[in-house]
Amino acid sequence: MTLLETQNLTVSLVQDGAETPLVRDVSFSVESGETLAIVGESGSGKSVSSLAIMGLLAKALQIQSGRIMFDGRDLRTLDQEALRQLRGRDMSMVFQEPMTSLNPVRSIGSQIVESIEENLGLSGSAARARAIDLLKEVGVADAERRMKQYPHHFSGGMRQRVMIAIALAAEPKLIIADEPTTALDVTIQAQILDLMARICKDHGTALILITHNLGIVARYAQRVNVMYGGRIVESGDARAIYNSPRHPYSEGLLRSVPRLDQDRSIPLKPIQGSPADPFTSISGCRFHPRCPYAKDICVAEVPLFTAGIACHFPLTTDVNEAV
Amino acid sequence: MTALLHIDDVSVHFPVRKGLLQKQVGEVRAVEGVTLSLKRGEAFGLVGESGCGKTTLARAVLRLVDPTSGAIWFEGTNISGLKGKALAPYRRKIAAIFQDPFSSLNPRMTSGQILSEVLHVHAYDGSISDRVAELLSICGLAPRFADLYPHEMSGGQRQRVGIARALALDPELIVCDEAVSALDVSIQAQIINLLEELRVKFGLTYLFIGHDLSVVRHLCDRLAVMYLGRIMETGTSEEIFSSPRHPYTQALIDAVPAPDPDGEDARDHVSLAGEIPSPLDPPSGCVFHTRCPIAFPKCATDAPALQALGGHHAASCFAIDQNKKTTDPKVRDVQPQ
Repeated sequence: MTLLETQNLTVSLVQDGAETPLVRDVSFSVESGETLAIVGESGSGKSVSSLAIMGLLAKALQIQSGRIMFDGRDLRTLDQEALRQLRGRDMSMVFQEPMTSLNPVRSIGSQIVESIEENLGLSGSAARARAIDLLKEVGVADAERRMKQYPHHFSGGMRQRVMIAIALAAEPKLIIADEPTTALDVTIQAQILDLMARICKDHGTALILITHNLGIVARYAQRVNVMYGGRIVESGDARAIYNSPRHPYSEGLLRSVPRLDQDRSIPLKPIQGSPADPFTSISGCRFHPRCPYAKDICVAEVPLFTAGIACHFPLTTDVNEAV
Repeated sequence: MTALLHIDDVSVHFPVRKGLLQKQVGEVRAVEGVTLSLKRGEAFGLVGESGCGKTTLARAVLRLVDPTSGAIWFEGTNISGLKGKALAPYRRKIAAIFQDPFSSLNPRMTSGQILSEVLHVHAYDGSISDRVAELLSICGLAPRFADLYPHEMSGGQRQRVGIARALALDPELIVCDEAVSALDVSIQAQIINLLEELRVKFGLTYLFIGHDLSVVRHLCDRLAVMYLGRIMETGTSEEIFSSPRHPYTQALIDAVPAPDPDGEDARDHVSLAGEIPSPLDPPSGCVFHTRCPIAFPKCATDAPALQALGGHHAASCFAIDQNKKTTDPKVRDVQPQ
């Protein structure tokens, strides 16, 4: 069943009367219980599109067009109160910085209890008992004692576990995790992602995993959207994209990362230039200035997103043969 | 041939003070008895997680912190006690590239001014403006970049200016502290290639600090894996990545997801339990024993010494002989068809 669907979503930064589109005409869907990864570099629009879904856009950011359908409801038609009720209960978010997203002057326990009281209607000892269960579920040892502690008593990995507990409190249908492990060490990163994967599987929760790390996508996601310059440039089965990327940008990304399973004497093949700056206008395909295959039409016309790809000249060869 | 840099049994401890009288109540043993040698022209990697002491060790080499004990030999001179004028030549010979090119460049200076400042301070003889243009072009930046401020450049361009500044005085050794960690994937690859190219072109030696194992493996000939201030394992990239012998190294390698769904499905993931202990109160015996999947009673009481394993390879673990697990062959043998 389709849980979330965005249709032609465009989000712009409106400043001094000027409109700068940050997310352009983005359409994708998430099925119940699946893990969808969104990959892209800075300025690709991956975070802004998920904030738009959550209804958490900063004032200067406006949804200009498009629809966001969640569980049969059009989120753009809901008022703030209805959206607030949806957040936490039906969809929740885990952010990159667990230090800045927890309140430093309130105990961990009270922050989890707040979410439970708000979303499940439990109170008092029932809410507390549920909070302790949640902490145990996310692997916080000695949960009763740690309920009384404050965020600064917790390490980065432990804080992220608390964030996951809060996100999970109301058993939402969808969790959006925006670079959940970027600030963490590798061994802790593996713990947290394994935990999220297990929890989403156990509870049948859908997960949108936003990341720049292609390895994480390969290990944890079934489907992937590759974003560049505010647009989805390629979308599909993770395996298919890794084995034979069709968009030159996806191919470029895969060739840019050093890999533990490859001969280290093979030089990396970086993409030339810098990621597209949303404030610079680029005609046609926004990737064309960096694309090794660009032709005249790429400069003139925006490629349409059809059948999972937005490119005038999709690649057909296997990436491995081309290396 | 003597080593370019020899770190000899270096420890760096920081006192922890508390209260009105700033009484010392403890110490953080950031680096504990580390010995390493770097040959001229090689790239040596230091890897480990937060709090492992890799950055402190690098700062000791840069003489930004003083070692509590031990010596740092550079071209046969112990530089760990040098001060003032005697240290000046080594400030020229050892340069640094930092992680965040935004905070390591003065936002009120153009990149031209940033580069000329270094040359001025060290009384560069020759045309400073020519040298600035040369440095920019070496790092792949057009001459017009000399007039740009850091905020007018992208992350990758700023890091190129950071590299140009490190190269300004023809150093022998460059300490790269997480030099590519803050960059976007496509830019990271450009900077990695630039660093490699420069090393060959100018015969540079790198001490490369990183937490991304794939990047360190790609760039470095040899490396050391650190945990809580101590070296757990050291060897060539081949030795460490094809037959890691320390359980911590094995866990670190396991934790890195490969950008390959087929390979990932074939791998069995063993994630390391627990957290990194506080360096204020490191575990007794082997510092890794609290998280080690194969620890036995002796590990909690005695600290293992680095044990040679042939070649450049050495590891500090009591169970080294039982520990011959190679990285999962199913993953390692996935080669481009």
